[in-house]
Amino acid sequence: MKLLVCVSKTPDTTAKISFNADNSEFNGAGVQFIMNPYDEWYALVRAMELKEANGGTVTLINVGPAENDTVIRKGLAIGADDAVRINCDPKSSLYVAKQIAEFAKEGSYDIIFCGKETIDYNGSEVSGMVAELLDMPFISYATDLQISGTDATVVRDIEGGKETVSLSTPFVVSAAKGMAEQRIPNMRGIMQARRKPIDVKEPVAFDDLSTVVAYEMPPAKAACKMVAPENMEELVRLLHEEAKII
Amino acid sequence: MSVLVFAESQSGQFKKAAFEAVTYGHKTAQVLGMDCIALCLGDAGNAGELGQYGASKVLSVSDASLNSFDSQAYTKVIAQAAEKTGAKVVVLMHSSTGKGLVGRLAARLNAGSAPGVNQLPTNNGAFRVKKNVFSGKAIAEVELKSDIKVISVMGNSFQPEKVGSDAAVEGLAVDVPASKITVKSVNKVQGSVPLPEAEVVVSAGRGMKGPENWGIIEELAELIGAATACSRPVADTHWRPHHEHVGQTGVAIRPNLYFAIGISGAIQHLAGVNSSKVIVVINKDPEAPFFKAADYGVCADLFDVVPRLIEAFKKHKANA
Repeated sequence: MKLLVCVSKTPDTTAKISFNADNSEFNGAGVQFIMNPYDEWYALVRAMELKEANGGTVTLINVGPAENDTVIRKGLAIGADDAVRINCDPKSSLYVAKQIAEFAKEGSYDIIFCGKETIDYNGSEVSGMVAELLDMPFISYATDLQISGTDATVVRDIEGGKETVSLSTPFVVSAAKGMAEQRIPNMRGIMQARRKPIDVKEPVAFDDLSTVVAYEMPPAKAACKMVAPENMEELVRLLHEEAKII
Repeated sequence: MSVLVFAESQSGQFKKAAFEAVTYGHKTAQVLGMDCIALCLGDAGNAGELGQYGASKVLSVSDASLNSFDSQAYTKVIAQAAEKTGAKVVVLMHSSTGKGLVGRLAARLNAGSAPGVNQLPTNNGAFRVKKNVFSGKAIAEVELKSDIKVISVMGNSFQPEKVGSDAAVEGLAVDVPASKITVKSVNKVQGSVPLPEAEVVVSAGRGMKGPENWGIIEELAELIGAATACSRPVADTHWRPHHEHVGQTGVAIRPNLYFAIGISGAIQHLAGVNSSKVIVVINKDPEAPFFKAADYGVCADLFDVVPRLIEAFKKHKANA
């Protein structure tokens, strides 16, 4: 079974978000970067579990500059066999998806895994784009994935509940909470990861069709209005008359 | 030329988010000087009512195979509809279905795309929309440079506005590809309001001390028609089911009113709820970071405050 896991690099969940002087770019100074949690905890770990149960290989792909190798090494330490990095500075979801699809189209992968979204751009687009570019079925927001030969059973989130679907490999899946449990790499995995290959490839040309032109911070909240604990009638009155929502 | 809105329906019923999307499409069409056309797939019920929210006509592809969602088949059908209507902007809902479609459709149409937009576009020579990024900690203004554009509209960002009467519904002839996905079963959470759609949410955290104390939270929620939610540690210790976990790695929500009871307000939790319109925090720790994100705060023991709040709401309801 050949499995491909798409991983991206994001600021840590606790990172302070700020931008450069003209608000055109994220200010990464002093920020710790991590592997996008949905990619790591759910997509990659489920791929590892499938490999352990069925045999095969897990390959990581990242679209980004050389500094992303630290994030890729962590994925290798968790157990992926090898990795490829498309060497560029990605600007848009479709650009990233084109690079992944270009690499994957010759690879005969049975399942291509992504996280449900990245915690920085919150787009949830790349996985579906890759599926369309490869003309494969796509299951988004999957919380469970079982495989038997080429038959897969997947549980996905739908409005107000869950849906169980079946389909055959190959396909693309985006992983949400529930798919697997986070794994901490052990020392042996970290040592082995140093010797595993990261293949660096140059990107295919593609002109971005969407660009972030500016960032801004959300409007500052007015100071919290404190209500005396004895007087919950006052809180209800404020929600009714001032906030006008009850 | 048109703005094409894909209005999702479930068993022939539209949810509020479908009307929000049509309202958004109607206003976008006005900005661009185009018509707003709504598209329904599968059993669309009384689709003509989309006209009330500004659709000049409603196109329906009623093929029964479209009653269940397959992103591959839906994408091919919507792309054909976009071509036949000369669509310059395709508007989706940022629902589970919409999130599964937005990237796929953009790739098929070779379109610039923006998922989860929360403001109307500006079109001063360049088409720009805004969306939340960094889990609500910042906002990005995105320029879409392609001839055709795909966007999905964040729920609860626009109020549906009735501007007209029912529109004519026309069947649309397109090729409907056979789905490669079979739906085996559907399991909807019964009885309660689905969390992502709830307008009021009552959420509680470790301050509750144990799952046996949740009665007051459920009573408060039921009284005011709210969904219940919880923080990550509460879900991780199985005090509450995982589908109630709101936050950066759980469900991100944007209700009109969010009660945070006995939740300190870790940055990862705030990231999932900071788009709520009004936040009420009840916590006995005056240093709880959640107070900085709150509109109204009560600093006291929740086991004293919540029963009093329930009584106050009962009194309010009796007088209303």
